[in-house]
Amino acid sequence: MIATMIKEFRLPDLGEGLTESEIVSWKVNVGDTVSLNQIIAEVETAKAVVELPSPFAGVVTALHEQPGTVVEVGKPIVSFEVEGDAGAQTAAGGAAESPAAKREPNLVGYGAVVEATGRPARRPRAFAAAPPVERVETKQAEPLVELVETAPAEPLTGERPRSTPPVRKLAKDLGVDLELVTGSGPGGLITRDDVRNFVGGGELPAAAQELAGEAGQAQGQVPSARPGEREVRTPIKGVRKFTAAAMVSSAFTAPHVTEFLTVDVTPAMELLARLKASKAFAGLKLTPLTLVAKAALIALRRNPTLNSKWDEANQEIVQFNYVNLGIAAATPRGLTVPNIKDADRMTLAELSTALTGLTETARAGKTSPAELSGGTISITNIGVFGIDAGTPILNPGEAAILAMGAVRKMPWEYQDQVALRQVMTLSLSFDHRLVDGEQGSRFLADIGALLADPGMALAMV
Amino acid sequence: MFTDDAGKGGIAAGGPGNSENSARRTGGDLVQLITPAGERISHPEFDPWLQDVSDEQLCSLYEDMVVIRRIDAEATALQRQGELALWPPLLGQEAAQIGSARTLREDDFVFPSYRDNGVAYCRGVKPEDLVRAWRGNASAGWNPFTVNVATQQIIIGSQSLHATGYAMGIQNDGADCVAVAYFGDGATSEGDVNEAMVFAASFQAPVVFICQNNHWAISEPVRLQSHIHLADRASGFGIPSMRVDGNDVLAVMAATRIALDRARHGGGPTFIEAVTYRMGPHTTADDPTRYRDANELEDWAAKDPISRMKSLLDRKGLLTADLEAAVAAKADAVAKELRAGTINMPEPQPLDIFKHVYSTPNSWLDRQQDHYSRYLASFGDPAEAASEEGAR
Repeated sequence: MIATMIKEFRLPDLGEGLTESEIVSWKVNVGDTVSLNQIIAEVETAKAVVELPSPFAGVVTALHEQPGTVVEVGKPIVSFEVEGDAGAQTAAGGAAESPAAKREPNLVGYGAVVEATGRPARRPRAFAAAPPVERVETKQAEPLVELVETAPAEPLTGERPRSTPPVRKLAKDLGVDLELVTGSGPGGLITRDDVRNFVGGGELPAAAQELAGEAGQAQGQVPSARPGEREVRTPIKGVRKFTAAAMVSSAFTAPHVTEFLTVDVTPAMELLARLKASKAFAGLKLTPLTLVAKAALIALRRNPTLNSKWDEANQEIVQFNYVNLGIAAATPRGLTVPNIKDADRMTLAELSTALTGLTETARAGKTSPAELSGGTISITNIGVFGIDAGTPILNPGEAAILAMGAVRKMPWEYQDQVALRQVMTLSLSFDHRLVDGEQGSRFLADIGALLADPGMALAMV
Repeated sequence: MFTDDAGKGGIAAGGPGNSENSARRTGGDLVQLITPAGERISHPEFDPWLQDVSDEQLCSLYEDMVVIRRIDAEATALQRQGELALWPPLLGQEAAQIGSARTLREDDFVFPSYRDNGVAYCRGVKPEDLVRAWRGNASAGWNPFTVNVATQQIIIGSQSLHATGYAMGIQNDGADCVAVAYFGDGATSEGDVNEAMVFAASFQAPVVFICQNNHWAISEPVRLQSHIHLADRASGFGIPSMRVDGNDVLAVMAATRIALDRARHGGGPTFIEAVTYRMGPHTTADDPTRYRDANELEDWAAKDPISRMKSLLDRKGLLTADLEAAVAAKADAVAKELRAGTINMPEPQPLDIFKHVYSTPNSWLDRQQDHYSRYLASFGDPAEAASEEGAR
């Protein structure tokens, strides 16, 4: 008979002096047999997303942390049943050998072992006055003990609600805890519809659902509330922190004005349908955003003031003679605004390709820093969420941002009658320090005119 | 393993050392002897330096590249498993390191950077010694004088000065060995490397500068650092240079032999730019996807040094199942040795810190050590106190 034993793998310091990391996903399940160095998890540190290779060959007996959890360095994250006797398997070193010992992260690698009794690592010199020191020690000990007792959340049992991987992905994207969903499929299998019904997502327009998933992912850091918990506290950091700082700086330095225009875009939608069917655009992903972007670029030529920047440091207004068109994108890492360089020089087909590429790169979380910097004006597509209008906040350093709403069928005046038309609301925020109401209004009116009658392009270009 | 007998044969093989033209070759076109598809291209200037390379030697070059890639992967995994604090992967640079290191003579002296683990392996450094410092168990992994490899420099480029100084010492000794400095593209932007080249040229010191241009100085692309080929920088110092495909083990080998031959015969320093690519992160604490294009990696994966060598062996009918099995077994064995050696490495002891400060006894240091021992003893059980200290 071969003796087996349980080995724990504790989260290592994956960078230089990191104290915690987030479990992004598990690549194995409880009960899986894994080989040495097989990838078992994906983990995001403050520096990078990295793959964790298994330190043991054996069977996974427990995954101690859920994806999305931020785990302190040194905490056990996975347990294995491995073969062999304790003497032979010195394999994964000290950390795994002594579960009682908890290591504190130090600047490089692990710090000193803090004994489970809570005594400080360094005991007082023999000649130090004993009693007061003892008292201090006991005090210090408490939080440690408390931490050890309360920290392990309910251990993950082998059972989990039955569902397929795409459904689990959907649930994760929408922030749904599958434990709370009742399955309607055969044998209690949770289906896509069960998850959608759980969030009441049935009303979302089909196109919006895909993107809502993205939004859910962006909110991924916010853990879904567990029963009994009345509030969830998430540390402000990473992209969220950066976004917050940028928004505050923009909102409180640039005086924002927002204007709205509701337009009958039926002709533009008809044009879109024709273009999609044409050979010249075969294989391209044309969307309302493509047309709105193109309309904005055309309107920008007549209203260049909107494509400029307030340079406070140099006391100058910078007028850009090129357009780097930013597109707000919800990504797995949060909101980013990558931009298309020299978008004004692109044909509609090139613009469409660039938009598709930019969205895909952003969704994959692979946007490069170069793509994120140097934007001159931005568009945010809130229509995909089924929203009509808003007061967007400027991407710092830019003078205007256009929000496009959802395209809706609405009763609308058409040829002096009321007809069912496709209507969209455009919201334009601009920096009132350098853009006057007149310029902003003309720009917005031009975009509206182009969407209401794409033939106007002949008059404008 | 240490040396490649053929390396000494370079001269006997009737190399083009007599041609004044080629001896002072500077920069120029990228020299490639094996295409990415594994085709051997002839080159009038470089081929004579490889005439003696046998089929067995080709196979052993292949083996070394596979083994060092495996060591690199295992060390990366050990870092992810918390067994190493940090590791600088060399993935993609195997040919540049193995091709050059295998041409060195036992009495040559190597001054490497932190990424040159393939070089150290060829010189006979034991696998676990490669990671000793990265585990925090020692200030350096090995005794430089047993393998003639200095400890790996973390400071970018400073080893080029050490190499030049050592080479000037060789001159004073009247010996015919060579000092070899390994550094990257980023180091050529550092003052140290430029100073080293000034001295090497002024004194015509027997030193070879092997620059592995892996295209990225952490997140800084080489094109921002230099508007000319790095090899062309050397001509400003009056140092002849060569620009070779660093993913081509034979091109690197031939270039190194030319440079070594020149140095051994009083011809002074040479600068070799081995054009390669760092396919992994700068270190395990780096995320290259934040600053470089995924397409670039794909392009370079197509020029992989090992798959290229494999194709060459295949074309020559040398890539037998036996060879592949033997190479895989060797890589497995070395990886296992590395893992076991790392995990079972004895923890350093608190008084170890006094060991390598001076080469000769020093009363001031002895006094400090005595104070520190007594301080440790004041904690009671010395073994326990020591283990706590050791864990730091």
